Amino acid sequence: MGYDLGIDSHSRDDAGTVDDGPLAEAEHVSFSYGANPVLEDVSLAVSRGEFVALVGPNGSGKSTLLKVLLGVLRPSAGRVRVFGQVPDRFTERWRLGYVPQRPELTSEIPATVEEVVAAGRLARGGWWRRMRPADRQIIRHAIDSVALGDMRSRPLNELSGGQQQRTFIARAFASEPRLLVLDEPIAGIDRESQDRFRDSLTHLKAEHGAGVLLVSHELSAVARDLDRVVVLKRRVLFDGPPAELMATGVSLGIHREDLPLWLEGLG
Amino acid sequence: MTGHLAILPLPLPYPFELSFMQRALVAGLVVGAFAPMIGTFLVQKRMSLIGDGIGHLAFAGVAFGAVAGVYPLWTALAVSVAGALGLERLRAKRRASGDLALALFFYSGIALGIVLLSRQLSPTNVLVYLFGQILTVTDGEVVTVLALGAIVAAAILGVRRALFAVVADEEWATVAGLPVGLLNNLLAVTTAVAVVASMRVVGILLVAGLMVLPVASAQLLARSFRGTMGWAMAIGVGSVVVGLVASRLWNLASGGTIVLVAAATFAVVAVVTGGRSRGLFRGLGLGGVPPAGPVRTEGSSILGDSHSG
Repeated sequence: MGYDLGIDSHSRDDAGTVDDGPLAEAEHVSFSYGANPVLEDVSLAVSRGEFVALVGPNGSGKSTLLKVLLGVLRPSAGRVRVFGQVPDRFTERWRLGYVPQRPELTSEIPATVEEVVAAGRLARGGWWRRMRPADRQIIRHAIDSVALGDMRSRPLNELSGGQQQRTFIARAFASEPRLLVLDEPIAGIDRESQDRFRDSLTHLKAEHGAGVLLVSHELSAVARDLDRVVVLKRRVLFDGPPAELMATGVSLGIHREDLPLWLEGLG
Repeated sequence: MTGHLAILPLPLPYPFELSFMQRALVAGLVVGAFAPMIGTFLVQKRMSLIGDGIGHLAFAGVAFGAVAGVYPLWTALAVSVAGALGLERLRAKRRASGDLALALFFYSGIALGIVLLSRQLSPTNVLVYLFGQILTVTDGEVVTVLALGAIVAAAILGVRRALFAVVADEEWATVAGLPVGLLNNLLAVTTAVAVVASMRVVGILLVAGLMVLPVASAQLLARSFRGTMGWAMAIGVGSVVVGLVASRLWNLASGGTIVLVAAATFAVVAVVTGGRSRGLFRGLGLGGVPPAGPVRTEGSSILGDSHSG
C-alpha cells in the first residue's frame, strides 16, 4: 500500500519557488557541545526527489546534524538553509516531516494513534483551526500508509515499540511534507512494516517529488531506492551513490566497523 | 469583592437546600471541572506538582494582599501568574531542572508569605485560603470563580489539540512550527488562574490534589487523551459533590474531604481496573508497561534479519 496524499500533488508548490533549490542545505557547518566538537566543516544538501541516507558510527554527529538542519540547534559556524531560508525564519514548517529518534511521547496518559497522527496535521493550515473532513481523510491515509488502520483508536501505550514508531512516521506524513527527515525510523519495526515504510517513502518521492533524509543503521529495507549515501564521522567521509561507496569505501579510510550493517544491505 | 446572586437559593433538596451550600456547589462544580482539565496536560507534561508550587506563590500573594489591604484573590492572581511565567521560562531555558525550578518557587513563595504575614497583627483570615472554606464562599467569589473558570476553559479547549502536541513531544512540536513558547506560557498562566480560583474551594495546600488525582484515576479508565480529560473532569466534579455532601453530613473540613474523595476514587478505580497491569505505577518507577522509545520488538533486532537486502 502506498502513501496517498489525497490531494493534487502539484498544485501546492506552484505558488512558491522554494522547492527549486535544495530542500535542505548545510554549508561548512560546525557544532560543538561545550568544548566537545560534534560536527566539523560539514556540507550536505538534499534536493527535491532525492533519497539520501546518512550513516556513521554512534556519536558521529548524525542526529546533531539533523537537528541543525531542522533549526533545533544553531551551528557554531557555517550556513544552513531550509527550502532556501534560514531555519529561524522558515515559516512553512509543514514542508518538513520529522520523525525523532526517540519520541518524547511517553505513556503517562493514553493517547490514540489517531490523536497522535492528527497532531501532525496541525502544522498544515493553522494549529488554531478546527479539523475539516479533508484533514481527517489525510490523517486516515497517513495511518493506513503505515498499516495501522485497524488500530487507529487504540491507545499508544498498548502498542508494541514498532507500532508506536510507525505511528510517529504517520504523524510526519500527515502534514504532506516535501522533505521527510527521519532519525532511526525503522529500528524495531517488523519486516512487513519495513516494506510498507519503504513503499510509502518511494511513493512520497516518486509522486510528490519529496526529498527524504534518513538516518539509520538498517538500510537493507531501502537500499535499492537510495540515491546517495553520506558517511559522517564528525566530518563527511563520503557523499555519493551507494555503488561508488561500495567500490571506494575502503580506500577512503571508511572502516567496516564504523558502519555495522549497511554494507551488507547495499551489496 | 461583593456581589449578589439573586437566583439563590434554588429549590434543591438536602443537603443543597441552603444558599451557602448552593454557592459552594456552583464554585465547586466549576473548579472540579477545570482543575482536572488543566491537570491532564500537566500530567502529560510530567509537571504534576506545578500546581503545588504555584499554590505556594499564591500564598505569598494572599499574604501581600492581607498586609496591603487589597482583595487577596487579585494579589494572589498577580503573583501566581508572574511566578508561573517565570517558572516556565526557567524550564524552557533549561536554567534549572523541572523539580529544582519548582523547589525554588515553592520555598521562596512560602517564605515570602510567612515574612509578609509577620508584618500583620491578625493573620487568621489567611487560613481560608490555605485550607479552603468553600462553605463560606461569597456571592462575589462565586462570580469570580465562574468568570475565571470560563476564561480557563475557553482558552484550553480552544487550543487543546496543539497543546496536546506540545506537552506530548516538545521537540517535534518545535520542528513542526507550532507556537511552543506561547502554548507553554498559556498553560502556565491558566494553571496559575486555576490555582487561584481553587484556593477558596480546596485551599492552597490541596489545589494540586484536585488538579492531578482525578487525572490519575481517569488515565486508568480512558483509552484516549480526550477520554482521559473527560473522565478527569467528571471525577473532579463528582469528588466535589460527594465531598460537599459528606462535609455537610458529618461536619468535616470540605477541602480535605473533596480531595480525599478524589483519592478514594483513585484507589477504587485502581483496584477495579487492575491498575498495575495498565501501567498505573509507571510514573513511580514501580513497574507496569515500559515506556515508549526505540524499542526493538516484533522479531526484529538491530542485527536481526536485515542482512538480506
